[in-house]
Formats: sequence, structure tokens, C-alpha cells
Amino acid sequence: MKHRLQFAAKKILRMALLLLGVSVVTFLLMSASPLDPLQTNVGQVALGTMSQEQVEHLEAYWGVDTPPLERYAGWLTDLLHGDMGTSLLYRQPVTTVIWQRLSSSLLLLLTAWILSGVLGLLMGMAAGACRGRWPDKLIRGWCLLISSTPAFWLAILLLLVFSVWLGWLPVGLSVPVGMESGMVSVADRLQHAILPALTLSITGVANMALHTREKMIDVLESDYVLFAKARGESMKSVVWRHGLRGVALPAITLQAGSVSEIIGGSVLVEQVFSYPGLGQAAVTAGLGSDLPLLMSITLITSAMVFGGNLAADLLYGVVDPKIRRRAAK
Amino acid sequence: MEKEKNRETILDIRHVSIYFTRYERGIRRRKLPVIRDLDLRVHPGEVVAVVGASGSGKSLLAHGILGILPYNSRMEGEMFYRGEPLTKERAEKLRGRQIALIPQGVTYLDPLMKVGEQLCRGRKDEETVRRCREVLDRYGLGPETEGLYPFELSGGMARRVLIASAVMDKPDLIIADEPTPGLDVGAARRILGHFRELARGGAGVLFITHDLGLALTIADRVAVFYAGETIEEALAADFEDPERLRHPFTKALFRAMPVHGFAPIQGSQPYPGTVSSGCPFAGQCQACQEACVSTEHIPVRQIRGGLVRCLYPEEGNV
Repeated sequence: MKHRLQFAAKKILRMALLLLGVSVVTFLLMSASPLDPLQTNVGQVALGTMSQEQVEHLEAYWGVDTPPLERYAGWLTDLLHGDMGTSLLYRQPVTTVIWQRLSSSLLLLLTAWILSGVLGLLMGMAAGACRGRWPDKLIRGWCLLISSTPAFWLAILLLLVFSVWLGWLPVGLSVPVGMESGMVSVADRLQHAILPALTLSITGVANMALHTREKMIDVLESDYVLFAKARGESMKSVVWRHGLRGVALPAITLQAGSVSEIIGGSVLVEQVFSYPGLGQAAVTAGLGSDLPLLMSITLITSAMVFGGNLAADLLYGVVDPKIRRRAAK
Repeated sequence: MEKEKNRETILDIRHVSIYFTRYERGIRRRKLPVIRDLDLRVHPGEVVAVVGASGSGKSLLAHGILGILPYNSRMEGEMFYRGEPLTKERAEKLRGRQIALIPQGVTYLDPLMKVGEQLCRGRKDEETVRRCREVLDRYGLGPETEGLYPFELSGGMARRVLIASAVMDKPDLIIADEPTPGLDVGAARRILGHFRELARGGAGVLFITHDLGLALTIADRVAVFYAGETIEEALAADFEDPERLRHPFTKALFRAMPVHGFAPIQGSQPYPGTVSSGCPFAGQCQACQEACVSTEHIPVRQIRGGLVRCLYPEEGNV
């Protein structure tokens, strides 16, 4: 147990260092960008009508001449106090914006993440177990097709079929248009999340399925599966008892790694479905020069990706008997 | 009469060949014979050793009997288990129950599953758990072994676990595929002692090994495998005197044993599929004659209570 805690503490320390590094790099990139704080905050037209004195006054207010290091230190101190600044576009504290966006995105991201993982695992196992026969060919073909399809294109396709032609699902947004926010039901929210979540799940499946298939084939060709068969275990028993165990560890690694892919995919997919999530906010912040928001979104998403990997590392200790037994000692 | 005799034999292998299908240069399919025209019988209470060098197709024989050959292989010929044809479907029903395999080593245990769970094959009823504990105890393994993972077992323990797993259902036929490599002589003898004990209990034991010396310490009969063919089937007692052996290869093998002079055999066994006709040992045989190469199929003959696949068995003695 002590070992586990030490391990977790070490990982969390690394996460803090990584996030610090990410924030430094992002900050450097942003201060190197040609964006002028006055222009972005006040606007080109308003700036033109101002007198020199007013401009100087504003420059002093926005801290244009403050050296970058000092600016970074100020930003970091505020961040540690829970203040991420004010969003330029939304005219709200960044924390509020991110919280709103994250809560609507989280439903999408989590469903897509879990669905793609479970489906991918099952498809991979089925393909591996039926190696060379039609289910394998079908699944493999499907995966290759999907992995060579851009997420946004698939999103448009699904939108076209289910929203435009069939009219089963809403075209976009996360709640019905023109409805009071108090009237929006959970069912409404779910209905709006189906298509974006589906798109993300479908694109996420291929990687997991193809890797699991390979691992499954390895397991089925192993000595211990041969022996299991020699001892009269049925194919079903072999696949579920030995196969699942064998593919579980690599699947956890892949699933952790897919967090970044799902988040990356959500940026495009949310854009297509006008879904007001974190991904869309990132695009808006980037295009609208909303530096405080962009900075925080970068940090939050890196924390999520790192968190996924941390979860995998900790899960390893539970799933892999070698690590578990060593930890127990 | 014939039927009566069959009932006594546990395993009767007649003219069995195992082929691999291989693709050469794109689409040309080639049948690669690994085992050719094999004959072998195992009776109750008997330990039959199959002795052959690595790559002579010994393990495939075990897999063939159990019906777990790889998907790109094919088996021809007939097998009978207790007088009834041993089809793939029947093998599926019998394996793990009446026919048991003792594999080579710890890699045949699932590295991610506890020993107890593997022995019980997923069943959790009291009877199975009790039997599992009983059988582990029989081989000197305490109940704590059930909770261990294969990587926590020593080499000797792993092998005892494998034997325990094979005898859990009191099988009538036990196929031991090289169960002793890497063990010292004492440990190997102990393992073999377990086989003798199983045979005494009425089971037939097919002991597959590359070690003739070890085979002779336990076997009643020895079948010598060469390039996928049984070239001689002799009583273990025949090995006391090389004059009583029939095939030149067996004699050479006898002389190659450390206690009998350690004389090496010149040349090496042909690779599967390279010999299509004639005696496979022709290249290494000192008494090789023209007919040995030109005769397409060398028949098995019965001499002095044993079988031999040689045209000039008497002249084999140099």
C-alpha cells in the first residue's frame, strides 16, 4: 500500500511539473504572437479615435510594458489562487466559462470514451477469435475504413443522414432552440448529445479494435491457450477467461492514450454540431484572440490527458498481478 | 478377435500422417509432411516412450491425438481410442477428461491467472475445489499454491502443477510432452516416478522425449522417431544389448548415449519435406544400399517382437 501511495505521489508531482511546463510554453507562444493587448481588448476602431494620452493610460492599465517574466509570475500566482482571469469574448471569469463548457462536454467526452473503448475491445476480441473468417474481415475492413475517415467528415455525414434526411435527431446545439433553460429536460440534453458522442465513439473504435485483435491473436496462439484447449476448455471459455485477461493490459494503455484523441476529435466534432463544449470554446478562443481562455483550456485539457494516463498507471497495479504482488510485499 | 484386442489398447494410431500447408512464392501451395505413416499403440498400465530429436514432429503427434493441431495443418490416417475412432469431435469431448496432456513448462500456464483458478477451469463448485486441493497435495504442493501466479512458481513446482492439472480428472491416457527439460536428474526421476505410478493405476502413458537414457529408465516400450517416421518400436529391455536392436539409427542412438561410448552420429536429420521417397536415414546410414534410396515406401516389418522400418535390418550392425 505504501508503495502504491508513493507511486501515486510521484506521478502527481510529475503531472504538476508537466502542467507548469505546458503553461510556460503556451505563455511564451502567446507573448510571441503579434496580438496587441490594446487592439484585442478595446478594438481597432475605438483605438483609432483615442488620443495619445488615453492610449498611454490604457497601455499602463493593461500592463503592455511589463516584462513577460513578471506577467507570467502574476498569472501563475493568480492561477494558484483559483483566478484564471477574465475571458475577453464571454466577458465572464474564465473559470465560469470553462466550468460551463466542461460540464456540457464531459457528458459527450465520457460517453464517447467509454463507448469507443468497450466497443473497440469487443470488436477486437471478436475479430481475433474469428481470425481469417468473415467476422474478422468485416471488422477489420470497417476499422480501416473508419480510421481513414476524418472525424469532421463523418460528423457531417451523420448529421446529413440522421438530422436532415431522417429528422430523428436535432441538427446541433446542446439544448432545443428557443426553450427556456429551466424547461430543458435531461432527455433533451441526451438527444442533442447522441450524434456528437456517436461520431467520437465511431472514430475512436478503430485503434482499439485493431490493436486488441493483434493481441488476441497472440494470446490464442500462445502455449497456455493450447494447453487450456488440451484440458478441454471450450473456445468460449478460452476467449473470455484467457483472452480477456491477456488483452486487458494493453487495452488499458490504449484507452488512456485515447483521451487525447477524443479531446482532439471533440474540437472538430463540436464545431460541426455547434455543440457548446470545451472544444468549441477552444476554437472560438483561438480565432477570437481570447488569450486567458485559450491558456486555461490548454492547461485543463493537458491535465485531462495526463489524468487519463495516471489512471491507467494506477489501474495497472490492480490488473497486473506482477505489479500487484510486488506492491504487496 | 480383432475387436477384442482393440478394446485392450487405449490408443491405437494407424498410418497417421500430419501435413502442414505452406505457401511458396506467392500462391503455390505445398504440403509439407511432418509426420509420415506413423503406427503406435498404447496399452493400459504401460509407459510408451516416443524418442526423437528436436524437429522430428514429436509435439505435433501429441497435438494430433488431442485434436488441437494448428489451423494450417491436416491429419490423415486413423486413430482409435478404446477401439472407437478418435475423431476431432470425440477428441474434443475426451481431452482434459479421459485424455490429458502434460506440457513442457511454465509457459503453458496463463501468466495472469492463479494456479487454482486454472486447475478448476472456471468451475467453482465444492467438488472441483476439493479435487484440485487433493491433487496438488498429492504432488507435495500445499493449498497456498492455489493462490499463486505462475511467475511465483519455481521450475519444479510449475511442472508438478502441470502434472497435477493433467491427473485431476483421472485420465486413462496421459500424453507427456517433454515434461523434464531443465530439471536435474533427481527431479526428472521423481517426475518420471509419478508417471510410473499413474501407469500402475491403469492409465496408459505416452512419454515424448528427446532423451533416450531418461526414456529407458521408465518406459516399457520405446518408439524411435526419425524425420517424422517411427523407424523402430522396441521393448525397453532390447536396449540392454545393441544386438537386439533392429534399426541402424537406433543402434547409433544407443552408441551415442554417454554410458555406451558417447559416439556421435554423423550428419543431421533431414528437414521435414526434403525426403520424399526412400529411407530418411539413408544419408547418415553406414549400411545404406541402393535400394534404400530407390524404394519409394519402406514397409514396417516385425522382427523379434518389435517393429522396424528398414530394408536390411540385420546388416545394420557394423
